[in-house]
This record gives sequence, C-alpha cells and structure tokens, in this order.
Amino acid sequence: MVFRRRRRSGEAVGAANQSAPDSEVGPKRPHEPETEPDPESEGAYEPETGLEGDPAPTSETEPERARIRDRLSNARGAFSGFVASVVSRGIDDAVWEELEEALILADAGVGTTTALLDRLKEEAKAERITDPEDLVAMLKAQMTQSLHVPGLELSTEGNPAVWLFVGVNGVGKTTTIGKLAAREAQSGRKAVLAAGDTFRAAAAEQLGQWAERSGAELVRGAEGADPSSVIFDAIEHASAAGAPLVMADTAGRLHTRTNLMEELAKIHRVAGKGPGTVAEVLLVIDASTGQNGLAQARRFTESAELTGVVLTKLDGSAKGGIVMAVQDELGIPVKLVGLGEGIGDLAAFDAHEFVEALFSSPVSSRRMTPSHRERIA
Amino acid sequence: MFDSLSNRFEGIFKRMRGLGTLRESDVDEVLAEIRLALLDADVNLHVVRGFQDRVRQRCVGAEVHKALNPVQQVIKFVHEELIATLGGETLDVSHPAKPPTVVLLAGLQGAGKTTNAAKLAAWFKQQGRNPMLVGADLQRPAAVEQLRTLGASIEVPVFSEPADPIAVARKGVAEAAAAGRDVVICDTAGRLAIDEEMMDHLGRISAAIEPHYTFLVVDAMTGQDAVATAEAFHAALELDGVILTKVDGDARGGAALSVKEVVGRPIAFSSTGEKIDEFELFHPDRVASRILGMGDVLTLVEKAEQVYEEAEATEAAAKLLEGEFTLEDFLEQMRQLKKMGSLQNLMGMLPGVPPELRKAEITDDRIDQVEAIICSMTPQERAAPRVIDGSRRQRIAAGSGTRPSEVTQLLRQFSEVQRMMKRMGGKGSGPARKKPRKGRKGSRVTPPGGRRNKPGKPALTLPGLDDGQFDLSSLR
Repeated sequence: MVFRRRRRSGEAVGAANQSAPDSEVGPKRPHEPETEPDPESEGAYEPETGLEGDPAPTSETEPERARIRDRLSNARGAFSGFVASVVSRGIDDAVWEELEEALILADAGVGTTTALLDRLKEEAKAERITDPEDLVAMLKAQMTQSLHVPGLELSTEGNPAVWLFVGVNGVGKTTTIGKLAAREAQSGRKAVLAAGDTFRAAAAEQLGQWAERSGAELVRGAEGADPSSVIFDAIEHASAAGAPLVMADTAGRLHTRTNLMEELAKIHRVAGKGPGTVAEVLLVIDASTGQNGLAQARRFTESAELTGVVLTKLDGSAKGGIVMAVQDELGIPVKLVGLGEGIGDLAAFDAHEFVEALFSSPVSSRRMTPSHRERIA
Repeated sequence: MFDSLSNRFEGIFKRMRGLGTLRESDVDEVLAEIRLALLDADVNLHVVRGFQDRVRQRCVGAEVHKALNPVQQVIKFVHEELIATLGGETLDVSHPAKPPTVVLLAGLQGAGKTTNAAKLAAWFKQQGRNPMLVGADLQRPAAVEQLRTLGASIEVPVFSEPADPIAVARKGVAEAAAAGRDVVICDTAGRLAIDEEMMDHLGRISAAIEPHYTFLVVDAMTGQDAVATAEAFHAALELDGVILTKVDGDARGGAALSVKEVVGRPIAFSSTGEKIDEFELFHPDRVASRILGMGDVLTLVEKAEQVYEEAEATEAAAKLLEGEFTLEDFLEQMRQLKKMGSLQNLMGMLPGVPPELRKAEITDDRIDQVEAIICSMTPQERAAPRVIDGSRRQRIAAGSGTRPSEVTQLLRQFSEVQRMMKRMGGKGSGPARKKPRKGRKGSRVTPPGGRRNKPGKPALTLPGLDDGQFDLSSLR
C-alpha cells in the first residue's frame, strides 16, 4: 500500500528521468536507412506465411526440437524426482499434495492449481483411475490441451506486418526481437527493427547490435523521442523499402504506471495508422515471474490488445507456470519461448514440452541443502 | 488488490466472534488463509511452511489479548513474525581503512543490475563518497553503453574495456584506487543460477576483486524460483545483502521473504522507481504489510491496541452487560473513536463496512458536538438522562453552543443505543456463541444493529467500541 501511494506523485514526471542523449555512444545509424526497395523480392516473401505453421516437420525443425528438449532437461535434470516418488504407491492424500506442490512451485498459482486438481479429481473418479502414473498422465494431458491452441504461429498479415513487443522492465523484449530478427532473416524475410525504447539508456544501441548480427535494418530516434513516431517512421520506411515485417521494441514499463500505459495505448494506436497492419502484440514475460504476471497481462491487454505471450528465460530453473493463468483467465496464448542469450535461442511454444518440463523434479527443493531443508521443513 | 484477503478474513472473523481463547483449530483456519495470501504473494512454498509452523507455535496457548479478537491476534503474530523475518539485522555499510570499498552486483538477467549499479553509486555519492562504476557486463549488447549513459547523468566515472570481465573488474578496482575513488561498484552480466560455467566465472570475478559487499539484485516480481536463485548465488559468492528492485509495481514481493529466509542476509536496499534517486534503504515493515496484503487491517489492529486500555475495557464490558450504559460511556466511546484517527479513514480501513456507511459523512465535527453536549450536562443528567426537561435542554444547548433540537436528537439516539446494548447484554445471539461470557471485554455478539448490514456480511466491528454496534450513520 505504502509503495503504491508513494509512487503516484512521481508518475507525472516519469519521463522526465531522461538522461541526455549521448551522441558519442554506440553505432549511430541513419534515421532513414539507405536500402532501396526491391520490388522483386516483395513477391518472394509471400509464400512464407508462418513461422512454425508448416504442418510437415522439415529437416530444419527436427534438430531445433531436440535442442529445446536438451536445454530444458539440462535445466531440470530428468523429470524423475517428482514422478518417481509418486508412482511407487497408490493415490492417497500425499499424491495430491505432491501434485499441488509441483504446480505451486512452478508458479501456477493457488487458483489455477486448485482448479486443475479439482477437475482432475472428478475425472479420475469418473474414470476409476487408481494408478498415480495414470493420474499424472491425465493431468499433463489436461494441461497440454488447455495450453495448446490453434494458430500459435505469428501472423504476417499486412504490408508490412507490424509486431509490437511490450512488457515490464527487464523481461527480454529487445533480446527477443534480436533473436526473432535473425530467425526471420534466415527464412529470407527482411525485417525492420524499430527502436521504440527511447527511454532506457542505450536501449537503441542494444537493438542496433542485434540488427547488425541479424542483418536487419534499424530505425531509431533520439533518446527521449516520442516512441510512437519512431515506430511510425519505421513502418513507413519498411513500406517504402518493401520490407514485409516491422518489429517494434518498446520501453519496459510497469503496468501500474498509468501514464506509461497510456503511452503504450498511443503507440498501439499510431502503429495502426501507418501503411501496415499491427499483426501481433506480444507480451514478453520472464519465466521467473510469479503471480504478478497475471496482473501484467491484464493491464497490458487493456492498453494494447495482446495477441500472444513470449515466455523468456525458460532455460533457467524457473518454469513459468503463470502463463497457464494468463491463458485460462485472459485467453492469451504463449507463442514463443526464449531459451538463452544466443541468437538462435528462441523457439515456437510447445505445450507438451512445457508441461513435461513443469513436472520435472522441482529444482528448488532438489538444490536445497539438508540443513536448510531442516530449517524450513 | 487487498480486497480478497480482507474478505476471506471477514468470514472467519464472523464465525470466531465471541471465542475467548485461541484454539488450535482456529489458528489453523486463519493460518490456512495466511498460507494462501503468502503463496499469492509469491513466497516460496517451503518458506511458507516453515513460517506457518513458527506462527502456530506462537499462537497456540498464547494469552488472548483483551482488545483483539482471536483472528486479529493471529494476524498480529503473523505480521510481527514477517517483520522479524524480513528485518533482523540491517545492513550497516562501513568502509575499510584502505579505500576503495569494493561492491559487486550479481543477479539474473533483467533483474536490474545495471540500473541499480548507477542508483547505488548515486546513493554513495549522497553519503559523501566518490564512487566509480565498473562495467563488467560484456555479454549483453550495449550494457556498458547503458552504464556509461547512466554514469554521465549522475556524474560518476565509468570504467570498462572490451576484454575479459575478470580483467575488467580487476583493472577497474585498480583504476579507482589510482584515481582516488573510495567506492567501486562492479556491474556484472546477468546469469542463470543453474549455468555452472557462468556461476563459476562470477566466483572468479569475486575472487579477483575481493569485494567488501556483494549484493544480489532480485526483481520483486520473482515467483517461487527466487529460492533456487538466491541459494545458488549465495553458494557461489557469499552474499552480504539483497537489492530488491521494481517494488513500485503491484507485485506483493514475497520473493523478499523467500530470499531473506534462504540467504539469511538483510535486504539492504529497494528500488522504488525508474528515476535514479528512487532508491532507498529497505523498510521491512512496509513489505511485510504488503506481502500479507492487508496493511490497513493491520493498522487498525495496532491502533485498537494502542487506544484501548485494558482497565477501561473490563469496566465498559461489565457495565455494558448490565445494561448500565450511560452517557458517560457513550462519551468515552466517542473519545476512543477520535483517538483512533479520522472517522472517515477508519471506516475505509474496516472490512465489512457497508457502502452506505462508508459514504455517510461522519465528520469529526459531529463527534466534537456530541462531546460538547454531553460535557454540558451535570453528572446527574449524564447518569439519568430522563431528568432532562425543557429548561435543562435549553441550558445544555446554550452551554454547548448547539440548538435544543440537537440535544434532543442526541438523547434519542443515545436511548436507542442504550436499548440495543441492553438487549445485547440480556441475550446472546448468533451461532458463534459457544459459552457464556463473563464481564469480558471481547464479547463479540451480533447485536440487532448489525442486522442492517447485508446478510452474509459481518457487522461492523470497531475494536475500540467493543464491537462498535452504534449505528454511526444515525449520528448525523
């Protein structure tokens, strides 16, 4: 309470915190990129309509899958601990408790956990399930089903298609754009990156370095410039240059800052007025985020209608269970997952993998030293 | 956002009203709700369990407080325990005889290390120190540029070069010593706690610069994983404290409790906004109330305690039960109310106050008026208001600066309250009543006045008013 009240007074001047633009820092790119529009290439982009939408797994996606599983299992060890302890006996209260514990430790939240387990209890009773292993399988299936929605590939509708990346501070918006730009470049789609984070020091430089790595173009304004206009310029430029895609970075903002959320609504509005179409508004959520993630999603979708979630830093020990609540309550699906800082560490969301990883042995308890376990047991 | 917990407690409040001792089952019931609140606040499940046990031990068999009902008392224990856990030793920054004081910042990606390195530098500067920043995050693109820009804005020099982070850190400290800087703050790359290679590397940076203070930067929005992270960093670095960031959002910040419990080191600073100077020493009490999610109810519990003197309580209860509720008592109640602060605020703090009552303008002026009227009466009139006739009324009105009609109005209200009190003392009501009450202050019975409230809502309970069953709205 105290915190919230104290913050109010500072809100109006939130943007005044701007440090002076440092013109000597980082590679400066021309505001208007020089690339000529290439009328021929424009058509060439069209057959590619989705990222992961290709129903037949190509030779390219196979190794990627393996890599994700690899990374997840690196992070968690085999999912032995939890299930192994459950399967050795019948379904008793302890089993339910362990399931509850696993879900809560994964940040699913008490509400989602209770709802899931209540439903599971009913179904297990109806289907006369007596084997804990079947019970776990049933739960996983239910969770996978609710997370797996059709149309998880990013929309490329519009010319250019505009993808807007939003979220609180430090979740990995800029990094996600960098990785996605590289991926688009690989599939032959030219992207323009809009440095819409004009607030954080050196955010445009950070995006600029990603642009260099992936060969994308960067459109930036001065530090402290109006983010809406920077993004609008980028869209106009992409349209003129015949680039089919604009990825717009925005400054991290806490969803409780009314003025910043209004700024975001304006960005969203203005982006829609350009020649392109705002095809995706993606909320970037850090996997280590707890129950606040739901509040974030709620407020962000109020300001700029979200089309999906990017769950980042899933290569750590955090499991990102809060996205289940986001999907349940707001119907906003996870579309992408971030798995590291490397340029290739981005993958399409796979509900099955996610759920399996969530039930791997809880890292937090595994890591606990015996003395500590004793202390808090 | 605090509504849900307050509402859940109301239900328990209602059922437990009238119970004299803290029974284990009551404690468990309240603790179950506390557990939910703590989990909603992202306190780690294992930490929650330990915490619950500690509170239970304190509660069971504890003597019942005269001014608090059992639920309030459990809340009080929980709050005290939270503060004790979060606070404990505070960080006292001392500086070595031979400068510079070396500070190392570490944490996950995106926790806010770079921003808070600059904030910490500004804080040291404010303390009269000459800090220098070292940018050893050579991994994230443009992290050093960010630090340089921030450094420039607070006029603190920044050292960095494109080399190995360990070498940069070492050189940075040497550079600071040479430049006569007495504090060096070293920013490092964000890393995952499970990335052994990176954690090992961090350990080597630490070994190279031998920091006097090592802080873990933790995002207040972190969920259950805070424990695993803190453990791993503590194992690698031996932390001295924690910097809690982004507390200006609406996250409850349970991570603070989890980390404190695991690391056993104080939460030294909290970052309360995006501006450089929005950075302060940590206040455990604020976060404790926030984690519990019912700061206002807690404030009320404390106020009730302060104001209510036990002797008064016993006496008032005795009279009340005998139906001898006099204008003197009425006046005393009013004064108690006033001591608790503005009535309007008080109403806002109470769970279960019906909206009509919340909106009703209960001004402190009105209480002053009541006070003046009663004070203008003779002791005889106060004890037996029946004797007040036309001429006495005139005198009282003149003495208190009111009109005779206002005196009449007060007397009418008082007699209603008195009648209500008699009924209350005469027969208990409500299913919560388990045993006869004997002159105990904490009698919690729903009086007829309480039925004005919507069904399912507990009656307005003002601890200072002993269940406060005056209809405050009728005082207008």
